[in-house]
Amino acid sequence: MNRIDKIIHDKSRELLNIYFTAGYPHLDDTRDIILALDRAGTDIIEIGMPYSDPMADGPTIQESGTAAITNGMTLETLFGQLDKIREETQVPLLLMGYLNQVMQYGLEAFVASGKRVGIDGLIIPDLPMDIYEEEIKDIITEAGLHMIFLITPQTSSERIRKIDQLAGGFIYMVSSASITGARQEITPAQLDYFYRVNDMDLKNPRLIGFGISNHQTFQQACEFARGAIIGSAFIKHLAANKDRVVSATEEFVHSIRNEVSDKALS
Amino acid sequence: MVNDKGFYGTFGGAFIPEMLFANVEELKDRYLDIMSEPSFQEEMNQLLHDYVGRPTPLYFAKRLSQKYDANIYLKREDLNHTGAHKINNTIGQILLAQRLGKKRIIAETGAGQHGVATATVCALMGIECVVYMGEIDIERQAPNVSRMKMLGATVVPATSGSKTLKDATNEAIRDWINNPVDTHYIIGSVVGPHPYPDMVARFQAVISEEMKAQLLEQTGNEDPDIIVACVGGGSNAAGAFYHYLDTNTRLVAVEAAGLGIDSGESAATSVLGTKGIIHGSRTLLMQTPDGQIIEPYSISAGLDYPGIGPLHAHLIDTGRAEAISITDDEALDAAFMLTRLEGIIPALESAHAFASLEKMSWQSDDVIVINLSGRGDKDLSTYIKRMEEK
Ligand SMILES: Cc1ncc(COP(=O)(O)O)c(C=O)c1O
Repeated sequence: MNRIDKIIHDKSRELLNIYFTAGYPHLDDTRDIILALDRAGTDIIEIGMPYSDPMADGPTIQESGTAAITNGMTLETLFGQLDKIREETQVPLLLMGYLNQVMQYGLEAFVASGKRVGIDGLIIPDLPMDIYEEEIKDIITEAGLHMIFLITPQTSSERIRKIDQLAGGFIYMVSSASITGARQEITPAQLDYFYRVNDMDLKNPRLIGFGISNHQTFQQACEFARGAIIGSAFIKHLAANKDRVVSATEEFVHSIRNEVSDKALS
Repeated sequence: MVNDKGFYGTFGGAFIPEMLFANVEELKDRYLDIMSEPSFQEEMNQLLHDYVGRPTPLYFAKRLSQKYDANIYLKREDLNHTGAHKINNTIGQILLAQRLGKKRIIAETGAGQHGVATATVCALMGIECVVYMGEIDIERQAPNVSRMKMLGATVVPATSGSKTLKDATNEAIRDWINNPVDTHYIIGSVVGPHPYPDMVARFQAVISEEMKAQLLEQTGNEDPDIIVACVGGGSNAAGAFYHYLDTNTRLVAVEAAGLGIDSGESAATSVLGTKGIIHGSRTLLMQTPDGQIIEPYSISAGLDYPGIGPLHAHLIDTGRAEAISITDDEALDAAFMLTRLEGIIPALESAHAFASLEKMSWQSDDVIVINLSGRGDKDLSTYIKRMEEK
């Protein structure tokens, strides 16, 4: 069973999905961050493949990606770092990046490498649904991977249904019209959108992402979905604590899970 | 030319995140209908005529023709209002944006010509305008920054990556993601997700439409032997080639080689590029083996782009168009050559097209049209520096 399906099956609520950029703050932090996230209670981990032109991401993630590329991160290096990670953790792992990276690596080689190191799913925000259906889906599903799709407040109900049919694992529900890292509080307009999609009775569970930054926004998001996704807030925390990546990672997860004062984090 | 999914052969498409889907879909569903409405056509044509100053002349360049032993005609896009072909597209897109009910316009700009052309039509229509421009381009195209500001636009520096056109485009896309309902993004070239490449090409197609009539009148034959145009993203070239795609006319796309193809400081995408995705389009682009987009270089801000429109990628890939690359030095020499022979100071971008005359061959009775995409006022400080050096 795909590890994403397993965690969704085993754990009915408050799934915590955390994104980090591979190769940031240091080239070799990847394993340490994954293991620390897992130890501290993260349910799903999104490994960002740093990209020069991440069109859906805000400045925090873009800057971490630029730093990671400067540190020397490549896909080859990343797959090397993830080698045998499955001997140490069974936490579901997703790779998140842009279609050009996958194209240049070669789709089949990419899926094979992902499979070899124990990846469970992919998030490729600039992959159009129809191209996925025509050119990619068979390879992905044959490998037992899940392709995660995004929906936004602008996505029509008809399109959400179609995405629900195609998607595996979960649906990534972008909380507002925004790039990553742009918003702080949950607004009434977002609530309307959350209720609307809630009522659609989709087959895939939903995780809410974009703008989730602390215990409070995490809890709020979990009221409307099976869990939530945190990216920029974690990257910012790492940026402020580059010299102690492991302890900073653990304390970040604890702060999301438990009501600790945000001031303890900086 | 383009299929309903936005592909030219294998190039093109719309590789966009879901956050942009609704916007791009709305545009895709409506652009052709809106553009064919009689009231749209009428308003656009009137503005192009009375405000932009179209048709632009087709000028037989006698001294240039003597020098190169050919019949060389210049399509004078430099004589458009605001000084370049860019306004053909912004007039069209602002009228479209109005019909889509948009209240705010964003744009990216490299040389500043597209930014000025966008700020101009926004002033004309009384619509808010935000232009993203790379920090480096803000420095090297200072007069255009002042013009945009005087026209009432907000100029936002793009500080990420190479701080040039590619990054300004990224920032504009992000703005659009954050403002999906009220904002229209006026892309300045035949790049980006479908329908932009096709839509911008259609708005620029007026260039070759006029050329046909003018050539027929002046030479008795509407088809020239060769058409030459510089290519950044490729909008002036797309406009100059558009009505000749199905003829035997040789189409020559001139790219910026920067300091030289092999120097590591270049923007010659058709030579250095491989197939990939940039700004939502599958096309040729300069990238590392790992798929990271390479920061290009050209002295000309308008050609300093690591990709090329999907139409041109397809034309070059299938052999319908030929690509020539021109270095900074060659372009500067050509700018002075044209100025001294014909009394026309070209934009640095357009100067690349003229430099290609040194690298092509033809029969002496051939008719060659060079698309003079813009005038050189914005590049005077670069030209002055060149004069001081020589
Ligand atoms: C005068 C001029 N020519 C050419 C270009 C290049 O753009 P395109 O390739 O879209 O025509 C620019 C862009 O700024 C320009 O200002």
